[in-house]
Amino acid sequence: MVNPQMVMYEEEFTQIQSVVDRLVREANAKVVFIVDKNGQLIAASGEVEEIDTTSLASLTAGNIAATGGIAKLLRENEFATQFHEGENQNIHIQLVGNRVILVVIFDTKSSLGLVRLRVRKATEELNAIFEELLNKAQRPGEDSPFGEITDDDIDSLFND
Amino acid sequence: MSFINYMAREINCKIVYYGPGLCGKTTNLQYIYERTNPEAKGKMISLATETERTLFFDFLPLSLGEIRGFKTRFHLYTVPGQVFYDASRKLILKGVDGVIFVADSQFERLEANLESMDNLRENLSEQGYDLDKLPFVIQYNKRDLPNVVDLDELRRELNPKGVPDYEANARDGTGVFETLKAVSKAVLTELKKSGGG
Repeated sequence: MVNPQMVMYEEEFTQIQSVVDRLVREANAKVVFIVDKNGQLIAASGEVEEIDTTSLASLTAGNIAATGGIAKLLRENEFATQFHEGENQNIHIQLVGNRVILVVIFDTKSSLGLVRLRVRKATEELNAIFEELLNKAQRPGEDSPFGEITDDDIDSLFND
Repeated sequence: MSFINYMAREINCKIVYYGPGLCGKTTNLQYIYERTNPEAKGKMISLATETERTLFFDFLPLSLGEIRGFKTRFHLYTVPGQVFYDASRKLILKGVDGVIFVADSQFERLEANLESMDNLRENLSEQGYDLDKLPFVIQYNKRDLPNVVDLDELRRELNPKGVPDYEANARDGTGVFETLKAVSKAVLTELKKSGGG
């Protein structure tokens, strides 16, 4: 297909999670999460119990997709950064390597300047990790549990 | 493009409901939402206009159970059916793993169905997908109405390749889960074929 399959392994997940955890601390953020462009949540950190991360992931991806559509119409490559300012909370959305989306939710304990600064550093680190992940996923010979599933496995999912 | 997470032992797939305006895509999702156990579903999101027409998309996350220790999650999306929302439809097709085409069985909508089917094929091919190679099922909706086209004729017009197809009445749920199961199965079978990577 057009896009190579997105696969997440333990090693890279741990690296991504540590970048996200650190970003919450260093940016004084409430929540930080990473979503792929199709709306699948990859990692989250901070006060995540309070929010519906699945919904947020899908809406953020929709938002990025719509903005990307606008960019295309204006013959821009991408609008890599978005900022939404609310009364109590703000959201900073950053496209990383045109592949995943880094979202930072913060309140008055932080500032846009600080968030931007920390996001820039995190983006570089995440770029490198996702690059490696992509290479790994494209290498043949990786064991996959799905090569061995049987029709019975699939059928049994649908037995009510 | 499915997303396999070895860390969380999860597999995520994206299914898109396509079809002309008012054919019942959102109604399909609403029925699924109402009839699914709370622990198997997330919140349903509808980005709609004030008159409840889909503006951007509806979204419903569903868990189907486990395969070989991997949780299977399906993200269901609808597109806005109205002709002038084409730019949005293209965006929603990105990363799709399986498509359900919901046809409106009424006589006066036959033309709109054909247009929408062409539009689906074209928008997919713009993204590099070939409809004939994608997990794909068709649902003939609104079979309960009096002014419907014969099933044979609908099949001839909309399903010349003979993909799995189902009669439905999304309002009372007839055929809704059958359609969803068929496409989910096709998506998992495709995953199996590609060896998951």
